[in-house]
Amino acid sequence: MSILVIAEHTNTALRPSTLTTITAARKLGDDVVVLVAGKNVSAVADSLLASAGVQKVLVADSPAFEHHLPENMAGFIAEFAKSFTHILAPATAFGKNLLPRVSALIDSQMLSDVTDILGPDTFKRPVYAGNAIATFQSTDAIKVMTIRTTAFDPVTTTEGSTDKNASLEHIDASGIAPAPHTQFLSSELTTSARPELTAAPVVVSGGRGVGSAENFALIEHLADKLGAAVGASRAAVDAGYAPNDCQVGQTGKIVAPSLYIAVGISGAIQHLAGMKDSKVIVAINKDPDAPIFQVADYGLVADLFDAVPEMTGKL
Amino acid sequence: MKIIVPVKRVVDYNVKIRIKADQSGVELTNVKMSLNPFDEIAVEEAVRMKEKGLAKEVVVVTIGPAVAQDVLRTSMAIGADRGILITTPLPTDLGGLEPLSVAKLLKSIVLKEQPNLVIMGKQSIDDDSNQTGQMLAALLNWPQATFASKIDVNDSKTTATITREIDGGLDVVACALPAIVTTDLRLNTPRYASLPNIMKAKQKPLETIDSGSLGVDTSPRLKMVGLTDPPKRAGGIKVASVDELIAKLKTDAKVI
Repeated sequence: MSILVIAEHTNTALRPSTLTTITAARKLGDDVVVLVAGKNVSAVADSLLASAGVQKVLVADSPAFEHHLPENMAGFIAEFAKSFTHILAPATAFGKNLLPRVSALIDSQMLSDVTDILGPDTFKRPVYAGNAIATFQSTDAIKVMTIRTTAFDPVTTTEGSTDKNASLEHIDASGIAPAPHTQFLSSELTTSARPELTAAPVVVSGGRGVGSAENFALIEHLADKLGAAVGASRAAVDAGYAPNDCQVGQTGKIVAPSLYIAVGISGAIQHLAGMKDSKVIVAINKDPDAPIFQVADYGLVADLFDAVPEMTGKL
Repeated sequence: MKIIVPVKRVVDYNVKIRIKADQSGVELTNVKMSLNPFDEIAVEEAVRMKEKGLAKEVVVVTIGPAVAQDVLRTSMAIGADRGILITTPLPTDLGGLEPLSVAKLLKSIVLKEQPNLVIMGKQSIDDDSNQTGQMLAALLNWPQATFASKIDVNDSKTTATITREIDGGLDVVACALPAIVTTDLRLNTPRYASLPNIMKAKQKPLETIDSGSLGVDTSPRLKMVGLTDPPKRAGGIKVASVDELIAKLKTDAKVI
């Protein structure tokens, strides 16, 4: 068993999704190798050396890897994937974009969004918006999968410690030429002082009931009082109340915080698919029959325009 | 410019699914089936390109049983010009035809049809894999732009500039054509097909190809050994006031 984890990072910092993927990898075996492919990524690689259970960190530095374009990375990863039994990446936009391309190149049928590892070849994953959990046994020699980050805890790192568990190895990626047919142009990243949605211990989400982008400030105030991330239902994002990267649901982000507060969200199955593994769910909605109340631990039937400011004030 | 749009027939997104007692799959008998919502967005985008004069022809392709031609007709009612049905005896949702096999079958169609652009849904809402577009791009060694919320094709039809929805916001990439683009929810809002267009769609050409004739090994690599309901959440309680809610969160749930 030798397991390769493809690290997600910003070239300067590791993304938390990598740490949960390492936990999943350790359930498969002890020989866990993490690949950091990017541009000037030595700080990212160093930050992984103290991660529990990582045997080796591979660094592939190339300007072609700066924007994580699958066209540039997939062939490179597929080439040395052959010496591993398992290839893992987080089931984030990064992993979903990249890993199927790798998987096709090595002729392996990938598993998306794995939530449990039952053995070296047997895995669970949600299907039908999480309304069924399928168990699959893979017959491919190299098993390729993305890991649902909410299903595993992040691996512990002893930050600042001189106790390095892993060895560091540089792979020569200088020969990687960027694919001529795809060009990265720009990024518009949402800057926020709030915690990242998928890693936040508390999430406050607003739905169609919030009514406007201006009213969404109510959600943000409550979130800030709780040190929470801000989420939104698809309806709220489609209506322009909140940016797309806030969307929680089947096709948006999957979250599982300790506390999820759903405000003005009716609770379509597509939304529930993204948050029903939260530890405690609170629903605030004026419609007593809203389906969200069926999954909520604490339901408050109230007008959100009264209840939310009151709650913000009293916390 | 020719555009190919692969589409899939799936359980309608409003249906509450039921798992078969023997855990072999999801009950599909007498269940409402529809065009996968992401694919509908892909068809709409291709048809808009045709209406703008950017595309000459929009070809829709589906893989499934004979009845899967329904989604080709739906797509042609939106405005696609013709359809290709690739028949397979395998289930297309779970434990049958897998994304890698679909990508291989689509590759053979792409090589034959030589489109300039393939637009397809980012995932189907049955198996939720989100793989086929990326795999097709890999097999063809074409550029890929996944999770698109905006597609601009330049006047000379040599390049598409695509805005992609990613976790932290948006990315913009330029892909030389031919390329694969997968759609996200906010790319467009599909139209309702008018009755005359639904009637007209019935007359549009539809070709049927047996998947066995395409020289692709579609045997499953994954064996589905179980299918169960997700763990149920125990029902909660209703609180009467904000004060009670805060008290419960502090003392019972201890989460704030």
